[in-house]
Order: sequence, then structure tokens, then C-alpha cells
Amino acid sequence: MTLWEKMKASPVLGGKEGVISLAVLAAIIFVVLPLGLDIFRLNLIGKYLTYAFVAVGLVMLWGHGGILSLGQGIFFGLGGYAMAMFLKLEASDPLSTKIQSTPGIPDFMDWNQLTALPWFWEPFKSLPFTIFAVLTIPALFAYIIGYAMFKRRVGGVYFSIITQAVALILSILIVGQQGYTGGVNGMTDLRTMLGWDIRSDSAKYILYFVNGLLLFGAIFLSKYIMSSKFGMLLLAMRDKEERVRFSGYDVSNFKIFIFCLAAMMSAVGGAMFTLQVGFMSPSFVGIVPSIEMVIFCAVGGRASLVGAVYGTLLVNYGKTVFSETYPEMWLFLMGGLFIAVVMFFPSGLAGIWDKYATKYGWFKDKAPAKKLEVSTSKVEAQAVLTETSIETSLATDSTGVATKRSPRKKADATSAIEGNKLRGAEA
Amino acid sequence: MSNTDFVLAVEDLTVSFDGFKAVDSLTMYIDKNELRVLVGPNGAGKTTVLDLICGKTKSTAGSIKFNNTELTKLSEHEIVRSGVGRKFQNPSIYENLSVYQNLEVSYPKGRGVFGSLTFKRTQEVEDRVRKVAEDIMLTEFLDMESALLSHGQKQWLEIGMLLMQEPELLMLDEPVAGMSAKERDQTAELLNRICQNRSVIVIEHDMEFVKKIAHKVTVLHQGKILAEGPMEKVQADEKVIEVYLGH
Repeated sequence: MTLWEKMKASPVLGGKEGVISLAVLAAIIFVVLPLGLDIFRLNLIGKYLTYAFVAVGLVMLWGHGGILSLGQGIFFGLGGYAMAMFLKLEASDPLSTKIQSTPGIPDFMDWNQLTALPWFWEPFKSLPFTIFAVLTIPALFAYIIGYAMFKRRVGGVYFSIITQAVALILSILIVGQQGYTGGVNGMTDLRTMLGWDIRSDSAKYILYFVNGLLLFGAIFLSKYIMSSKFGMLLLAMRDKEERVRFSGYDVSNFKIFIFCLAAMMSAVGGAMFTLQVGFMSPSFVGIVPSIEMVIFCAVGGRASLVGAVYGTLLVNYGKTVFSETYPEMWLFLMGGLFIAVVMFFPSGLAGIWDKYATKYGWFKDKAPAKKLEVSTSKVEAQAVLTETSIETSLATDSTGVATKRSPRKKADATSAIEGNKLRGAEA
Repeated sequence: MSNTDFVLAVEDLTVSFDGFKAVDSLTMYIDKNELRVLVGPNGAGKTTVLDLICGKTKSTAGSIKFNNTELTKLSEHEIVRSGVGRKFQNPSIYENLSVYQNLEVSYPKGRGVFGSLTFKRTQEVEDRVRKVAEDIMLTEFLDMESALLSHGQKQWLEIGMLLMQEPELLMLDEPVAGMSAKERDQTAELLNRICQNRSVIVIEHDMEFVKKIAHKVTVLHQGKILAEGPMEKVQADEKVIEVYLGH
């Protein structure tokens, strides 16, 4: 088997269409944009792509699991702040802060009359600890929130409101504790990582590519999870939670896990944001950014991982363009966009794409892979049904279902006569 | 409560919602391989009894012993794992998964978070799905999205999902509701087949259907047992005719 055939047959990648859509996205992120844009614009794209981590997490959490978190900014912020604390400490060496009354501590601490580094800042002098913290602290926080709510079966809109409240509380806390967090300005003037100047053009290029690779890592991990039994259970839980519970599953554990994972991805995005943009502030933690991230995901298509990345890029590009020309109009436009997407394109960009791809038959082996995706409209589903029954009765070899389903297909063929009898009875 | 050799021993079971006793000191024993039908007018507490057994509702007093294990203290998924399966009144299937996936998800392996991440579709799973699909007459619909099944087929699919778990006690809430006469006959055969190695409790209103399947019938009225025994005996009971069968 060639590599191409192997990839096509992989249930994780989602068949031929899945491989092509990933390849197109990779080409855009790693080739087209870096060649076509100057470093200022590319850095901007890099910033947008850090939000895509949150959107990818939301696809799993919301699109597949049906859990709408309006507080993903919490985790984006925690990841970003952890990285910012490390960079800030490195930028605050005694030499460059010698004019302060206490040299060697971050400038905002000095302005707030702190005379020593707070204890919880100490471990952030180490990069390995910081990376560890980026990955674990937000996930741990998500675990606590998730445990408290899902074990008590808090769900739906109540969960959304509580996450939103937590986002607000955290942003107020950060603003209020100016001496420890930099307050409303956040942590600014970040310069180097282990002596490497992150503000230089070459560093920006490298960080852009690292960010892109990590994003693909997140997408692949999500694809793996979605193609496992866990992914099926997520869809099942979204549809009939009781049925899953009375099939012997502890539903809350699955929800907690996916919430933690989405939090961890958001945190990686936050850390990459700090590295590429050079600062972190509470304006990326609160309610507004959290809801914006849900909009990115909705516009792209809440059930599509790749769609979420396009949604993020598109909405942010729009934001940049419009807020340069009509700054006061942007918020209205954003709200209108969200309402329009929810009302007219509930599956977002990915849904529109799917519709036309199915209509013109661009991807022949689409139907089987599709079933794992979010519920299709009745018409589309009917098409899938017709296709399946033709396949069964004629006992043709189906191309796309590949290795995983082919033994079943053969058995279907043998029972096809009996099947037709029943189908006739049903008709 | 004492231990018994019944599969299910319900003793003095009571549940009260704000003082209203939906189930009132109910005592009932189910034998191995028995198919019991619960009948009774609306509001008699039939569904509540099933809810209590499977843990959906917590009892106020009394005991439910399944193979001499007390169920009232266990959580829902623990009760299921101990061998109790429950079908809901409205067909409860995962409409956006295929019939195959509906059955596969119900396979009792990989029930933890990490177990489900590493779960593999082995030959054993494959065989089990095919066997159950054959039992529930859905073999040729395996690849179909389950939302497209007819109402009766959805009922069968949910029964199939329970069979995947090989429960020792199977509880079915109105399994033939909304089915055609032919589908009812097929379901009666199905139930007679599947109660070979397990006990089954069925809630049903259709007396013709009850006659076809029941080993014993329990008539509930206002949370209490009105009569219990073989179909003929219950049908001849004065009180039963008055409150239930008469109209």
C-alpha cells in the first residue's frame, strides 16, 4: 500500500475528503500565507491561529459533545499568563530593572510597592515548569469546574452561564490584583525566551511555524479521539444522554475529560499567543473574548475541526479589516454574523461546503465518513440511504468504507435477498 | 431484608413525591427466566417501578435486591453494569449514528474514558453486533443512519442495544407502542426468544399482546398491587375488571 492509500483508508483522517481538506489547510498555513504575506501580516495570522486552538477544542466540546462553554477565555488566558510570567521574569533581570526601588522583580510589582517576588511566581523562572504549567494548570482548573458541575448533572444553558461567570470573575480578579498580575494592562514588554529575542523577524517566522505545527497536532489528536469509541459516545451523549447513562457509562467522566482536553488546547493557544504577540492582558480572559471564540467556531462549522480554523481566520480577518475602517460598527457586525450563522447556516462554512460537495459529487467516498459527523439534513440522509441500499443489493465493493467496513459489506451481500424481502414488506 | 433465590426481589418499596405515594409498599419477586408483564391504568406507577429499579428515581423506603445485591444504594451506571437493562417508553436511540454504531456503542467493553479511547472493533464485537442485529431483524439496515428507521424498528434497535449488554434482567417500557399488527407479532416472537436466559419485565397496555408473552401478570393500581398471577386468573379478577379491564 502506498502512503496515499494508507492515508485514504485511515478512519482517523476521515477518508479521501479528510486527507484532502487537511492537505489544503496545511498548504495554506505553511506555504501560501508565509510566501504571500509580509512578516507583519503573517504575525497577525499567527495570532489568529492561536485562537484556532480554542475553536478546535470547542468543536469537540460543543459541536460533538453538545456542551457549550462560554468561558474558554479562562483557559486561553491561564495558558497565556503562565507563559507571560516566565517571559516577564526573564525580562526583569536586575540589570535592566536597576532603576526600580526593588531591582529584579517585574516592573508592575515595583509600581505597586511589592518588595519581593511572590511565592507563586518563583517556579516560573524555569521554562520546563512553565510548559508543564501551561499544560496542567488550565486542565486542572477545568477538572475542578467540570467535576463540580457534571457530577451534579448541571448542563445546558446553566453550564454556559456558570462558565461565563467564572470567566468574568477571573478577569476581574486579574484586574484587581494589579501587583501580582499587572492589572488591566496585563504583562507587557516581553522580550526574550532563554536569551532568544522573540521580537525579531526570524523569531516571528519560527514561532509562526511552531504554532502551525502545534495546531495540526491538536487537530490530529482531535481526529483520533473523534474516530474512537469516545467520539461516538460524545455524539450519543449529545443526542440521548439518559440512554448512554443507562447503557452503563458514567456520563460525567466523559464530559469532564473532553472539557479538560479543550481547556488544555486553549491553554497551548494562549501560550503561543503570548510568544507571538509579546504581551498578555485580561482582555483575552473575560466574557467578550470567550464568546468571540464560540463565534469563530460557529462560523467555521461547529462540527468540523478544519472548518473551525477557517472560521477563526475569516472572522478575525473581517475584524481587522472592519475595525480599521469602521471601528464602532464591528461589534454590531459580529453580533449580526452570529445570528445569521445560527439561523441560516447552523453548520457554518463546513456545512455550506458539504452541501455543494455532495451536490456535485466532488468526493465519491464521502457518505460513510459523513455518518460520524454531525447529523445531516433529512434530504442528505436520504441520499446516503439510497446509496447504501444500492451498494448492498448489488453487492458492489464500496471504495470509501475501506478496510474497517468491508467484512461487514460482504456479509450484507449474502443477506441481501432476505433483506430485500423485508425492505419490500416495509415499503 | 433477607436473601432469596429470586433474580429480583422488591420489598416494601415506596416512593413519595411531595407526600404523593406513586409507589406504595410494593412487594414483588421475579424468577429466573420469567417474563413478567406489569399492567394497570395510567398513573398506576408502572413506569415509576422501573425507574426505581434502574436507579433513575431514588426510593423513599424499601429494598430492591438483584441477585441479592441491594440496588437502591448504587448509581445508574453501576446498576446497569451489575446486569440490569432498561428500555424507555419512547424509543431512545442515537439518531445520528448508524444502526451498527448504535449497537457497537452499547457493547459492554471500553466503558471508561480511557477504555473508550483505546477500544478496538475486534472480531468479537463484530460477531456480537451481527448476532444481535439478526435477532432484532435489522441485519440489512446496519449501515443506515438510525434516524431513518421506522418507529417499530427503532423500538427493536433499542432492545438490541440492551441485548448487546447481555443483561440478566431486561425491563421494557411499552415495547410495541406505535407498532403495526405484524410488527407486534414479530416483537412477541422476539421477546419469547430473548427471555430464554434472562428475566424480563414488560409494561404493556395491549392485552392481546400481553396474552402472547406473559408468564405472569402484575396489575398495579395507585401504586399498589391489585392482583398478580397467570393471565387467565388476573383477567377473571373482579377488582381488576372494575378498575382496569372493564373500560
